[in-house]
Amino acid sequence: MTDGPRTLVVPDLSLVVLIGVSGSGKSTFARRHFASTQVLSSDACRGLVADDENDQSATPEAFALLHHIAGIRLRAGRLTVVDATNVKAEDRASLVRLAREHDVLPVAIVLDVPEAECLARNAARPDRDLAPGVVRRQRADLRRGLRGLSREGFRKVHVLGPDDVERAVIGYEKQYNDRREDTGPFDVVGDVHGCRAELEELLGELGYELHRDERGRAVDAVHPAGRRAVFVGDLVDRGPDSPGVLRLVMGMVAAGHALCVPGNHENKLVRALRGRDVQVTHGLERTLTQLEEEHQDFRREVEEFCAGLVSHYVLDGGALVVAHAGLTERLQGRSSARVRSFALYGDTTGETDEFGLPVRYPWAQEYRGRAMVLYGHTPVPTPEWVNNTLCLDTGCVFGGRLTALRYPERELVGVPARQTYYDPARPFLPAEGTAPPAGARPDGVLDVDDVLGKRVVETRLAGRVTVREENAAAALEVMSRFAVAPEQLLYLPPTMSPSATSSRPGLLEHPTEAFAHYRGEGVAEVVCQEKHMGSRAVALVRRDGSGVLHTRTGRSFFGGDLTAAFTARLSAAAERSGLFDELGTDWLLLDAELLPWSAKAGDLVRSQYAAVGAAARAALPAAVAALEAAAGRGLEVGDLLDRQRRRAGDAAAFTEVYRRYCWPTDGLAGVSCAPFQLLATAGTTYADRPHAWHLSLADRLAGADPELVRATRSLAVDLGDPAGEAAATAWWEELTAAGGEGVVVKPAANLTRGRRGYAQPGLKVRGREYLRLVYGPDYTEPRHLDRLRERSLGRKRGLALREYALGQEGLERLARGEPLWRVHECVFAVLALESEPVDPRL
Amino acid sequence: MLVTLTTTRPPATDLGFLLHKNPARAQQVEVSTGTAHVFYPEATDQRCTVALLLEVDPVGLVRTARAGGTEGAALAQYVNDRPYAASSLLAVALGKAFASARRGVSRERPELVDVALPLEVHVPALSCRGGAEMAHRFFAPLGWRVEATAVPLDEAVPGWGDSRYVDLRLTGDLRLADALNQLYVALPVLDDAKHHWIGADEVEKLLRAGSGWLAAHPDRELITRRYLKHRATLTRRAIERLAEVDDAEPDALDDATAPPVTAAGGPGGADVDADAAADADVDADRPLPLALQRHGAVLAALRSAGAQRVVDLGCGAGALLPALLAEPTFTEVLGVDVSARALEVAARRLRLDRMPERQRARVRLLQSGLTYTDARLRGYDAAVLVEVVEHLDPDRLPALEHAVFGAAAPATVVVTTPNVEFNVRYTDLPAGAFRHRDHRFEWTRAEFSGWATAVGERYGYAVRLLGVGTEDPEVGSPSQLAVFTRGAGEVAG
Repeated sequence: MTDGPRTLVVPDLSLVVLIGVSGSGKSTFARRHFASTQVLSSDACRGLVADDENDQSATPEAFALLHHIAGIRLRAGRLTVVDATNVKAEDRASLVRLAREHDVLPVAIVLDVPEAECLARNAARPDRDLAPGVVRRQRADLRRGLRGLSREGFRKVHVLGPDDVERAVIGYEKQYNDRREDTGPFDVVGDVHGCRAELEELLGELGYELHRDERGRAVDAVHPAGRRAVFVGDLVDRGPDSPGVLRLVMGMVAAGHALCVPGNHENKLVRALRGRDVQVTHGLERTLTQLEEEHQDFRREVEEFCAGLVSHYVLDGGALVVAHAGLTERLQGRSSARVRSFALYGDTTGETDEFGLPVRYPWAQEYRGRAMVLYGHTPVPTPEWVNNTLCLDTGCVFGGRLTALRYPERELVGVPARQTYYDPARPFLPAEGTAPPAGARPDGVLDVDDVLGKRVVETRLAGRVTVREENAAAALEVMSRFAVAPEQLLYLPPTMSPSATSSRPGLLEHPTEAFAHYRGEGVAEVVCQEKHMGSRAVALVRRDGSGVLHTRTGRSFFGGDLTAAFTARLSAAAERSGLFDELGTDWLLLDAELLPWSAKAGDLVRSQYAAVGAAARAALPAAVAALEAAAGRGLEVGDLLDRQRRRAGDAAAFTEVYRRYCWPTDGLAGVSCAPFQLLATAGTTYADRPHAWHLSLADRLAGADPELVRATRSLAVDLGDPAGEAAATAWWEELTAAGGEGVVVKPAANLTRGRRGYAQPGLKVRGREYLRLVYGPDYTEPRHLDRLRERSLGRKRGLALREYALGQEGLERLARGEPLWRVHECVFAVLALESEPVDPRL
Repeated sequence: MLVTLTTTRPPATDLGFLLHKNPARAQQVEVSTGTAHVFYPEATDQRCTVALLLEVDPVGLVRTARAGGTEGAALAQYVNDRPYAASSLLAVALGKAFASARRGVSRERPELVDVALPLEVHVPALSCRGGAEMAHRFFAPLGWRVEATAVPLDEAVPGWGDSRYVDLRLTGDLRLADALNQLYVALPVLDDAKHHWIGADEVEKLLRAGSGWLAAHPDRELITRRYLKHRATLTRRAIERLAEVDDAEPDALDDATAPPVTAAGGPGGADVDADAAADADVDADRPLPLALQRHGAVLAALRSAGAQRVVDLGCGAGALLPALLAEPTFTEVLGVDVSARALEVAARRLRLDRMPERQRARVRLLQSGLTYTDARLRGYDAAVLVEVVEHLDPDRLPALEHAVFGAAAPATVVVTTPNVEFNVRYTDLPAGAFRHRDHRFEWTRAEFSGWATAVGERYGYAVRLLGVGTEDPEVGSPSQLAVFTRGAGEVAG
């Protein structure tokens, strides 16, 4: 016996079960070797549930608590140590079950300490009053179980005698599947199934040089740039030369030029080679016949190679997972029979289809993990990204293609099969002229978990943005019942804050405050854009003339026919102005204002605004007449009479304002659209282009269809130049005096960093008359105005920035080709935030 | 916010004694929403007119109504007709300014209190839902000659038609106290606004003012219903704010519990009464309203499928849930709707909070959108979609099909939807109109059958089609139903 340290190997994600009788020193051991937060002690749990660590009657509840906490920790991927006697097989069995439920390895560490030592320790503890014989009985239980621990399911068993306890050190071991430090680049190859010739050709296409043995057989392939191949499994069966494929792949793996995960066919081959009773079907018969021709040493190497393959690999810092049949996020990087089974066979439902093949659950449709998952197993006509997963099995052996994906480039490389080597049980290529199998809407499937409940969305511009549960609930209803389909709803515009409140007499808003705001943010140049008083609209315009036009909550502006007419006109205008070619896209997403206001808000104009005017016009003249009569009688009603006369004037002004924004339309006649920003095109976003660029595009559209598209006037302002500011202010005064809504002041460069985070994308400065629609006809009365100045903008500003960040995030995800749910998550969050309670007048 | 009242019984200035307000002075009375001014434009022996002018403080109004600050108030609360139109606010002012007169108390002229005086009332801008006709209905039975003229919405836009305001003139011989009390009640009842803008205690007072004459009024039911229908809703729902973002009316997006336009359509939560009324038009002898027949057909389908755990997808306000719970064979009932508010109503209707524990354990309500897959809906024996699919835009149907038949995939799915061919039999339904204003489409029998068969083939369900309600030889049954059975082989007729 040596005195050196004794290393106990423990997988870095495991459930460590300490086993030892009362007084054997488990707690001391746990304290010495593990962090206190990693250790769950049954004594402590008894204390938590019964206020007494030694209350044996609390044991069932205490263990329920212990299991609960352990489950939460393991789900989160945290190593967990259970400090309890665990001397009974049934206690250990429940812990093994717990580990398996969370797909982590159970590890046993036994403290086998003599009875006398334990008794002495217990005697030294005044709080512990064990009945005589307890320790002896526990020891008897322990000894009985010792030899069977591996059989019970513990993947590692460490038994420490009295001399070992002091010398023990824990040595952590990575999971076999954990190759996160391996960053590639890789070429991930789909199911080969014995198609050696195609594999050699594909490796050539990928830039590998084949090395051949003296008999001309390929035994290795090397990439000059050091790239490595990753095989998704199913190297063998059905095809003409499974041994040849194995020889090449085994050579590459041995030389460090490739990684390989097992397919279900390798799994079955191992069992066949080991003489197990397997059904020799699905092409296994060919492999076995071919292997008969080989030397028995080679057969043994094949058996060892296939048996030693690790179920899946987690690569590149966790960004890439390769598994034969794919792997859900929960199982990635875990180890259990379930993980292996999923990796080999996928998520089978237990049923079989009309061709006798197992029905597989479409796990990829629900996949929401961070890692890209590359897999094979199910032949598909062409690889299609589904929620950041890609199936690379393109049915080479069935006469399809052999396909590889370059990672991280995401480029597909493929070679056609030289012939059909095997007839598939189920046709995998669609018959000519038939639609893809219906019910397959992989990427388009959205789950309520993508949107409902309290949510946190990661954005590049504003970090984590939180959506409250009740706001998500309101948004779900509107999104489901009224919004256009999520595939078409790529963006919702953010709310916009007004400038800080002006202190000038008679005014709530004035450009000075907007300029001051941006100057304070360190912005050198801003642009003032005329604000059209209509309804905010987002237009998705495709080159073929189709598209959608929706409101701030995602509802279609018009019915189907009118929408089609609108997008066709806008598409034609974009075509005439050469935008599609210039931007290299076949669709445009535009942020715009749609006029007239009454086109969408007609009901509201009548029920609310016109009604106020009508009531005022009916009531006030009668009041003035009554007061004039009373004044005529000599009553003191002068002030009241003056006020009623002023109010009659205010009501008339109010009526004038809304009338300016209403005019009749007939079809598209009378409708116009003022685009002011290009949000996105295929693969690109434009928030970094200056506003002058955006407006020049809008001008070109207006030039191409002046009847439908309205240009937006603007004025650039150098914030260091008082004359420029004065000119802009004069322009604002002129615009608003003529009945305009006002202007929006934006950083000229568009997306701009301010002193703290990103600057407001825009601040609106609304005119005095227009604001009657918002604050009421009489708001200009000094006694009202003074109180209205007390408005607080903080919440509105915060909301505007968060919604802007979400909108941009969604566009960027769209441009990166991310799955629909990732884009929808952002769009949905904007809608949810819009239901936040904020003063609607801001 | 103006009302004038005139008497021509000499000496007309006695009106001042009856009202306890001196015609020689303008007076003010403070009320919660502003200041009420009382003055006399004319005061002669022959003719005396009192004017009550309520100057509403529009900024203070919102604060008062919200009681908890302005946060979450709707824009409509800032820009509205309350400072101009005669409504409950004016009624409160009237009640306070003329409190003694309303009680019929006069120290100086007690002999006049019970005399019917020749009176004229003028309300230049009366908010009156139902227009001039409603004003007649209210006042004429009380003995007034009524002159009510609708005020145009905007003279500059004649196409918009009349506003909801009328210029009201009443003449008649009545006790002053009665006239005041009638106005006091009439203003809020005719206004019929969503919010009273005043406290609940004020509403109580208004109700009490009806004693004596309300009981005999031919429209007393309408009057009390309008009263009780609108309780002050101080908290706005998030969903209303979304409507506002779009410049839409507050309830534009919040109609999940709205009744059908007519007939047998309507969401899951449609009132059985509405169905019954529509059915009466068609066939007075029919024993059961269509909604109940539909429920019966759905239950029969579930029973014959042997379902125990059932999901009601799009349960709305829970019209079908009680029937499901009434059958012990359904061991678990899950009601799902996209509208959180509809689910609140369903929970109230089912009295979930008072349900015995064992019963309570059988039922669950949850919010979900049927165009989204939802793991919580998996593993049930059967799902029913009663009058749900027609509330989805056609381009969203594939998502619903996938979520229901592909992802949730219960063994049995029961779908009902209106048979549009039958609409011609509803006499109150305009030609070409749908049965509910939210219906995005209504299918013929052939269209429904085509859809159901295609979905069945796609997802491996056999389909059986049935009519619900008495079949008409030409246009079929009013409602149609499909039973989908998973993995049952060939599609049945």
